[in-house]
Amino acid sequence: MNSSTNNHSGVSLQVCGLRKSFDGQAVLRGIDFEVQPGEIFVIMGPSGSGKSVLLKQLIGLEPPDAGEILINGESIQSPEIASKYRLAMVFQSGALLNSLTVGENVGLYLSEHRLKPPEEIARIVAEMLEDVGLKGTEDKMPSELSGGMKKRVAIARALVIEPQLILYDEPTSELDPLSSVVIGEEILHLQQRIHVTSLVVTHDRDLAFGVAGRMAVINEGRILTIGTPDEVKRYNDPLVQNFLHADFKREP
Amino acid sequence: MFENIGEIFLLFWRTLLSLPQAWRQRQKVFDQFFEIGNASLLMVCVLSFFIGAVIALQTGPVLVERGLASAVGGIVGISMAKELAPVMMAILIAGRIGSAMAAEIGSMRVYQEIDALRTMNINPVHYLVLPRLLAIAVALPMLVVFGILVGWLGGAVIADTNSHIAIPFQAFWANLRDVVELKDVANGVFKSFCFALIIGVVSCHQGLATIGGPRGIGRSVTKAVVNSIVLIVIFDYMLTRVLLK
Repeated sequence: MNSSTNNHSGVSLQVCGLRKSFDGQAVLRGIDFEVQPGEIFVIMGPSGSGKSVLLKQLIGLEPPDAGEILINGESIQSPEIASKYRLAMVFQSGALLNSLTVGENVGLYLSEHRLKPPEEIARIVAEMLEDVGLKGTEDKMPSELSGGMKKRVAIARALVIEPQLILYDEPTSELDPLSSVVIGEEILHLQQRIHVTSLVVTHDRDLAFGVAGRMAVINEGRILTIGTPDEVKRYNDPLVQNFLHADFKREP
Repeated sequence: MFENIGEIFLLFWRTLLSLPQAWRQRQKVFDQFFEIGNASLLMVCVLSFFIGAVIALQTGPVLVERGLASAVGGIVGISMAKELAPVMMAILIAGRIGSAMAAEIGSMRVYQEIDALRTMNINPVHYLVLPRLLAIAVALPMLVVFGILVGWLGGAVIADTNSHIAIPFQAFWANLRDVVELKDVANGVFKSFCFALIIGVVSCHQGLATIGGPRGIGRSVTKAVVNSIVLIVIFDYMLTRVLLK
């Protein structure tokens, strides 16, 4: 599996003028950005700023009202996209199929598409689980796992696809700081190992500045700024600075 | 319910188009089939026995009083085969299996499991709807055949043992064999096949259309069962009209 994963590289992603409304309420109000192949791009923003909706548009789960999403220059709406490029998403909740074991979840893509014989799938699943530090958990049910373990299983499931673009939706939400660090390291490790293009949506500042090659700050469906982590830190906008430096102040 | 009829037909059409995938999904079809049979066989048995018994009890004394004792077997036989077994079993299965289908698919929808399938390029209709629809389309007619036989048995036992009826077992069966033809049983089985499709497609549609959290799942389950039962009763009338000709 590792040898084959080394043979592919990440894809570029372009988003132009993306708009989406629900019941007349605008959630995305014209989003533009570009992600280079193999880059880790982080989108930060407060809860309700439209980050998860943006991800659903990017993976093709919902059509945008207006605008364009291009993978290596081809529209995501094109019917060939799914067969031409391997895209994966790690959901905020993990979204593991609760009726299947961990092993069946991780091997689902391969078994449903009949891409490998069962013995080969079992070997790949064991390897992927080992890669995310969950060796020997194949027979456990998702309900037996902690939040952090579920996220790592979801990453292993995404890796089986040998993705060229991987989207992470709040990968560290509901996790303790140690588990968050493990997930962050895993994102970096994958980018170094298989050069996958990664798009991470989060409101976790430590994760964002820890993994980002470039980042964008989004608020109320608009991008406020895009740049390297240092550029974003220096960006002189009260909304961005408030978000980046918000802290709990205890009365003496 | 009626605003969703178009979506329900569309889902049914998509499921029909996915029929070539049936062999690939055979393990899931078998699992669902086992689930339906295992969950329902005992209930079908109890329900059918007492329905047959009640028909014999309601009609027996009246017919015996008027010197028509020999008609009891035929009445129990025909009513079980053509009407009561298909409709009552369908209502039972809508409550037990339709609700489970809507709840399972609904929770998969709410907890983004269906979104996860779609990101893996796995069609939810192939993966979730097709196996359930095939399994119920095979299981319900089989349960109905079983229900018809048990219902006849219930009628025969009551006709024999109740002092107001007192029709011997053999006489009951002889009359039933005279009146009931194979096409009457086939009539009931065909109806149950149609009801199975209604339950399967309505329940899966409600599951896939679930929005919101646990309350949304509860709403979907209720709608799946109620809509299935309403459609079963409407289609029962229409099918009866067609099959009478």
